[in-house]
Amino acid sequence: MAENNDPLVRFVDIQKSYDGETLVIKNLNMDVTRGEFLTMLGPSGSGKTTCLMMVAGFEPATYGEIYLNGQPINNVSPHKRGIGMVFQNYALFPHKTVAENLAFPLQVRKMDKEECKRRIKRALDMVQLAEFGDRRPGQLSGGQQQRVAVARALVFDPDLVLMDEPLGALDKNLREQMQFEIKHIHEELGVTIIYVTHDQSEALTMSNRIAVFDDGIIQQLAPPSVLYEKPENAFVAQFIGENNRLVGTIVAADKEHCQVEVDNGGGLIHAKSVNIAGVGERATLSLRPERVTMEPAEGSLPNIFDARVQELIYLGDHIRTRVTVCGNDDFVVKISNSARQTVFQKGETVRIGWEVEDCRALDPSD
Amino acid sequence: MTTPNITQEVLTTADGVPLKTSLNHALRRRKIRSLLLVAPLFFFILLTFLIPITDMLLRSVDNKIVPTLLHRTIPLLAGWDETGQDLPDEPVFHAMVEDIKEGAAAKTILRLGRRLNFERAGMSSLFRKTSRRVKRLGQVDSYREAMLKIDRQWGDIKTWRLIKRESGTMTLSHFLSAVDRQRNDDGTIGLKPKYKRIYIKLFGRTMALSLLITALTVLLGYPIAYLLATLPTKTGNLLIILVLLPFWTSLLVRTSAWIALLQKEGVINDLLVALGIIADNHRLTMIHNQIGTVVAMTHILLPFMVLPLYSVMKTIPPSYVRAARSLGATRFTAFIQIYLPNSVPGIGAGGILVFILAIGYYITPELVGGTSGTFISNMIAYHIQGSLNWGLGAALGTLLLLLVLALYILYDKLVGIDNMKLG
Ligand SMILES: Nc1ncnc2c1ncn2[C@@H]1O[C@H](COP(=O)(O)OP(=O)(O)OP(=O)(O)O)[C@@H](O)[C@H]1O
Ligand SMILES: [Mg+2]
Repeated sequence: MAENNDPLVRFVDIQKSYDGETLVIKNLNMDVTRGEFLTMLGPSGSGKTTCLMMVAGFEPATYGEIYLNGQPINNVSPHKRGIGMVFQNYALFPHKTVAENLAFPLQVRKMDKEECKRRIKRALDMVQLAEFGDRRPGQLSGGQQQRVAVARALVFDPDLVLMDEPLGALDKNLREQMQFEIKHIHEELGVTIIYVTHDQSEALTMSNRIAVFDDGIIQQLAPPSVLYEKPENAFVAQFIGENNRLVGTIVAADKEHCQVEVDNGGGLIHAKSVNIAGVGERATLSLRPERVTMEPAEGSLPNIFDARVQELIYLGDHIRTRVTVCGNDDFVVKISNSARQTVFQKGETVRIGWEVEDCRALDPSD
Repeated sequence: MTTPNITQEVLTTADGVPLKTSLNHALRRRKIRSLLLVAPLFFFILLTFLIPITDMLLRSVDNKIVPTLLHRTIPLLAGWDETGQDLPDEPVFHAMVEDIKEGAAAKTILRLGRRLNFERAGMSSLFRKTSRRVKRLGQVDSYREAMLKIDRQWGDIKTWRLIKRESGTMTLSHFLSAVDRQRNDDGTIGLKPKYKRIYIKLFGRTMALSLLITALTVLLGYPIAYLLATLPTKTGNLLIILVLLPFWTSLLVRTSAWIALLQKEGVINDLLVALGIIADNHRLTMIHNQIGTVVAMTHILLPFMVLPLYSVMKTIPPSYVRAARSLGATRFTAFIQIYLPNSVPGIGAGGILVFILAIGYYITPELVGGTSGTFISNMIAYHIQGSLNWGLGAALGTLLLLLVLALYILYDKLVGIDNMKLG
């Protein structure tokens, strides 16, 4: 038995190609800690499902090795891996009742009848569907089917549960409720969950760590707050949350800070060096809309510019304001809706500014 | 508790017309439109299919020829006691002579003879002979004597009993023949003599071979359909064309091809001899018997199994089996417990399609079935074209139709017709 603080799942140098021409997964290295809720987040086609399928055993890795509990599993067939799985379309067996669906993994394990019953009841209670054991999946609502799928993946006490966009088909309210329930179950059972989604807010609210996928590569693997506040490259900055993006050339740089001349005469911006090549190279500056200060006192911030208000969108708690600044007319500022805040008019010219630390200089994105 | 206040007021549209009337008005247009769309096909089917079929089915009980042609004799025969030992009275014989005279002049009497001959051999020649002779019959004292002189059979009480029994406008005798029964001379229903009992055996053989063929198409078609359904769409579509390819050649050609393959001097026998598996003088008989029928029909009907199976399997998401596997089922268990039950509607649809097609199949058993591999439909065709006993042919056809309907209902009871999917 492996030590308990060893990772539960290890991807070592995984590469995957379906057609022998393109790599869907390019050199994936990742450890999933025991008890963790790890989310794979990425745009469509980035290889998230492929990753899950390799863990579950439905797709072989083209190169590299996956370890489960310290054991290489490339040659272990899916039914011996003991991994629970929740599919996007739930994949409940339509010809079996809810209880029979839950009984299936127990029956194939030759568990005795009493124990089966006990576990099914426990699992149904857990997802609050105790009354629905005799129904068929077709007679349940989407949310209820979703819960049955979760219960079925958990009923045989697997160490690891894989969920592939399990909430994709639900409406917003139900999705939020289910996010909460799944999170709750995760905390209660201490089971390890690898979760796939392309909804970033879902990823941010549920996960311990998020692996941002793009183009077959993990762009960043970090806890939600780090991912949001300290994106390591332009893709992550753009993909997670709202982001202002300014592109320019580095004119001066040291380990901590740098100065970037923004294109089209946008001016010189002081930024934090995060992921840059060196003086003379291109860089992307990333700045969160809520980190911008309106009408700062002159000299209080290193970066202060004139901005022209283009558009105001009233969103209740804040006003989303689009301005032209540094030659970029798609720059968004979030102005909180408080009594002290002055109200701006469209077409007005205002002063805006931000801290060096809030403006991250990242790799030039394409 | 307050009870909701239910108003009985009639709902109306803005201009005061009751809502229901307006709605009906709006719907009527649509109904008329849909009726007009189906009308051409409906009339086509009515004229070319329903009316002829009904006419054919009615022939299985039709017996108007007897009371029409013997319109003088039959009413008089009503007063005759057929249970006794006495021949009918003189007036009956007189009436019969007049009827036969009239029939001979109109040249219809031979048809009557043929009709009664189905009941008892010899009746046809009796009427032919009599019709020839009564023409020359002048004024006689006793028609009875005259007829007995023409043929001794007129003195046989069984002849008269038969005529009286078959005097109604409808008869069950064709159906009795169709199930190997007959009326004994005393009017009771009994089995035909052993050498004449063929239809029950033939129905049984038709059913058994059809079942065998259906089972074979399931066995052969299931893996193909599974392969087609699980391959990538592009390759799958290409292979579907191969499955449909046989439809591009005529049925006759395909059947004849089997003759070339299976016959004594055919490809398969030649091959087996060449490989030394069988001796040249022990060539296998694989055609003009049941083997020929089963092999050729299984091949011909296979697409009708593959297509419904394929379309049902196409709708089974691969995630079902994957889910089962991830839950700990082996490939085998996942197949038996998850995939197979979900493909049952396809087996049902394909099975019922193939079985119903097989049970009424004609050309293939006719060409490759020999004597041991023919179906009931070949017998029906024989009676329609060969023996011209249309009544019996129609009765056999009716029984076949009823059999299919019964099986259909049975299927509905066992599997449920809603469970059947053709696509
Ligand atoms: N069975 C397959 N055969 C060939 N190519 C495939 C197959 N499955 C996926 N791919 C390709 O691999 C790439 C990654 O697919 P994958 O399903 O892993 O994406 P994903 O991140 O799950 O996307 P989504 O968010 O849309 O589900 C895609 O370009 C896809 O076209
Ligand atoms: Mg996916």
